[in-house]
Amino acid sequence: MRIGLFATCLGDTLFPEAVKSTAVLLARLGHDVVFPPGQTCCGQMHVNTGYQREPVPLVRNFAEQFGDASIEAVVMPSGSCAGSVRHQHEIVAERYGDASLRAGVATVKAKTYELSEFLVDVLDAEDVGAYFPHRVTYHPTCHSLRMLRVGDKPLKLLRAVDSIDLVELPEADSCCGFGGTFAVKNAETSTAMLQDKMRNIAGTDAEVCTAGDSSCLMHIGGGLSRIRSGTRTLHLAQILSATRTSPYVPTEAVR
Amino acid sequence: MSSTFLGMPATPPRSPYGTGNLRGDRKFPKAAHDELRNEQLRRNLGRATRTIRAKRLNVTGELPDWEALREAGSAIKTDTMNRLPELLEQLERKVTERGGTVHWARDGVEANEIVTRLVKATGSSDVIKVKSMATQEIGLNEHLESVGITPYETDLAELIVQLAHDKPSHILVPAIHRNRDEIRQIFLKEIPGVDPGLDNVPAHLAAAARAYLREKFMTTEVAVSGANFGIAETGTLAVVESEGNGRMCLTMPDTLITVMGIEKVLPRYQDLEVFLQLLPRSSTGERMNPYTSMWTGVTPGDGPQDFHLVLLDNGRTAALADRIGREALNCIRCSACLNVCPVYERAGGHAYGSTYPGPIGAVLTPQLAGMHAAKGDPNSSLPYASSLCGACFDACPVKIDIPSLLVELRHQNTEQSGTTAEKLAMKAAATVMKHPKLFTAAQKGAGIGRLVGGRDGRISHLPPPFNGWSESRDTAAPPKQTFRSWLASAEGAQAMRAAAGEYEKNRKQKEEEK
Repeated sequence: MRIGLFATCLGDTLFPEAVKSTAVLLARLGHDVVFPPGQTCCGQMHVNTGYQREPVPLVRNFAEQFGDASIEAVVMPSGSCAGSVRHQHEIVAERYGDASLRAGVATVKAKTYELSEFLVDVLDAEDVGAYFPHRVTYHPTCHSLRMLRVGDKPLKLLRAVDSIDLVELPEADSCCGFGGTFAVKNAETSTAMLQDKMRNIAGTDAEVCTAGDSSCLMHIGGGLSRIRSGTRTLHLAQILSATRTSPYVPTEAVR
Repeated sequence: MSSTFLGMPATPPRSPYGTGNLRGDRKFPKAAHDELRNEQLRRNLGRATRTIRAKRLNVTGELPDWEALREAGSAIKTDTMNRLPELLEQLERKVTERGGTVHWARDGVEANEIVTRLVKATGSSDVIKVKSMATQEIGLNEHLESVGITPYETDLAELIVQLAHDKPSHILVPAIHRNRDEIRQIFLKEIPGVDPGLDNVPAHLAAAARAYLREKFMTTEVAVSGANFGIAETGTLAVVESEGNGRMCLTMPDTLITVMGIEKVLPRYQDLEVFLQLLPRSSTGERMNPYTSMWTGVTPGDGPQDFHLVLLDNGRTAALADRIGREALNCIRCSACLNVCPVYERAGGHAYGSTYPGPIGAVLTPQLAGMHAAKGDPNSSLPYASSLCGACFDACPVKIDIPSLLVELRHQNTEQSGTTAEKLAMKAAATVMKHPKLFTAAQKGAGIGRLVGGRDGRISHLPPPFNGWSESRDTAAPPKQTFRSWLASAEGAQAMRAAAGEYEKNRKQKEEEK
């Protein structure tokens, strides 16, 4: 399958390991991974902060970069960016775009997937041949859980990982408190939410807290790092791309 | 509004600035700053919301047709809003036919005046009250007191709030922020003739309130209530409650005055079948609430002989005029969204500054009262009091898409705010991001962030507006290489080839096994 990889602006710039892992994983599963070089950002931050005129060029760029019919699926290691493409681009296009943008948005929306739903729903792959001999807990990010409805797809993928010690996170479905600019505008309420999330993570005694969004992991990981907790965060793709022949080796300082 | 020109309709009026209880005195982050430090509040809210969440999931999960009920609830409310004027006139006609009197109040000021006039006409200087959001919204109690009429709240939690000269912090559990010791103190100080030996046992506290209220029920000739539903088809009003104080107020006095928001009307009597399943299960997590009172006009010799219905707009028509925002009028005030909201659970109801707190308050309050009625209007901060986690949407019995409404109101806010530093920053970011070359250059610029990272790659202090973030979170210094430069590098190409090679190897192996 010819897959258009969307790195997301955050992943491309700040968390490239998660995107590398996504690219390598999809290639290892036998797919042709293309990276349209003109891609930048889906515009989610703009829309969620209340700006709908400003991201019109971003929405247009996304539709143009991935609109090519030779790209059969657009895959991204982010539930919230996939949610933005599937639910917000049409709002922006409807309100401030033209007919061609609306058509472009509809075309791309129909073939856009978050990584775990692409693996499970489209490729019908739960066991992706991963090996990860560590104690792991999974935090379902809000947009993957309630906007995309990925359900237990990430858990199905994790359960199939060789040698993993997967432990359930108490109150898993409560928000970590990130919420994009929410964590800046309402930093103190966000921190209160983060504290409770970290308490629950600590209770699992996991080495790794994983999720499908680098943004939420940046938030949780930033908090865990501040308290020197001994648990690190790792994107789901980094667990799924680790194998016996090329196991996971930590590279980044804080995640 | 940004501009007006000939031919454009005027926006319907919102709740007048400076009236009622639809605006706090400071923005959400400032108010939350204090509330977050209230350990009692945090503990009470954490416990209470956790308990009620579990109860709600039990009683909604047990119904095989729960999702169909939500669909029906949403459809009935949407239909109602689509033909609100005709339904309200039908309701007026039916109530009048059955001996009631209907009054129309454009806003809270008018409603307060109407109620005052009606109470004065009875000659009574006291009224007993059923817990009601609408009268809280318009500040009826404060108004009555200002003209020498004493309102007595008869719901236990509302009574606690009233005696403490406090404001409710939850739609359903207004005194959720108080503990039993505080309640004991309030009762000892405020209830005339209370036993000075009163302890903090809940049953004893309830008994003290009961004794106090019983006397009010027996002697007061006027009651003021809200309404959960008003049926256009029959003119029937309905109040659902738990304690029975409502039943007392609705049946014992000679005069009953009901203040009802115009969005509470339902087309048919049969619609109650849907809403009397949705409301208690979503609200208290009960299959059925203990008391459901319904009355239609006046029944000679039975119950209040003088019944008045005050239909309250107070910004509802303005909300109705908003193609997207009007969905918030579908709310049946169950408070399920408050109980699942992680922001509400931590910051509490007072942080929202309005009668309507939590997720629904964050979308309803700005629409009823506006977000830019004065400079630095606190209501403009409400749509941002959410991480957009979406738990409220899942819990809502009438499927109000609150996260989408929040995003819409944020957009309306930025459209009405003119040029701000944030808007300029957002424009600048979009300009960079729409040009891939500029974006790549900016990514390289971000690499400079490595300089501020410590030896371990942690950034622990950031300048405003990110200082709140860095107060409790480390940030990783940007990595040496972006994904796109890795992919374009020899290392990236080699890694991708190796991954493809591994697939080929596995495929051949599988073929050989066959």
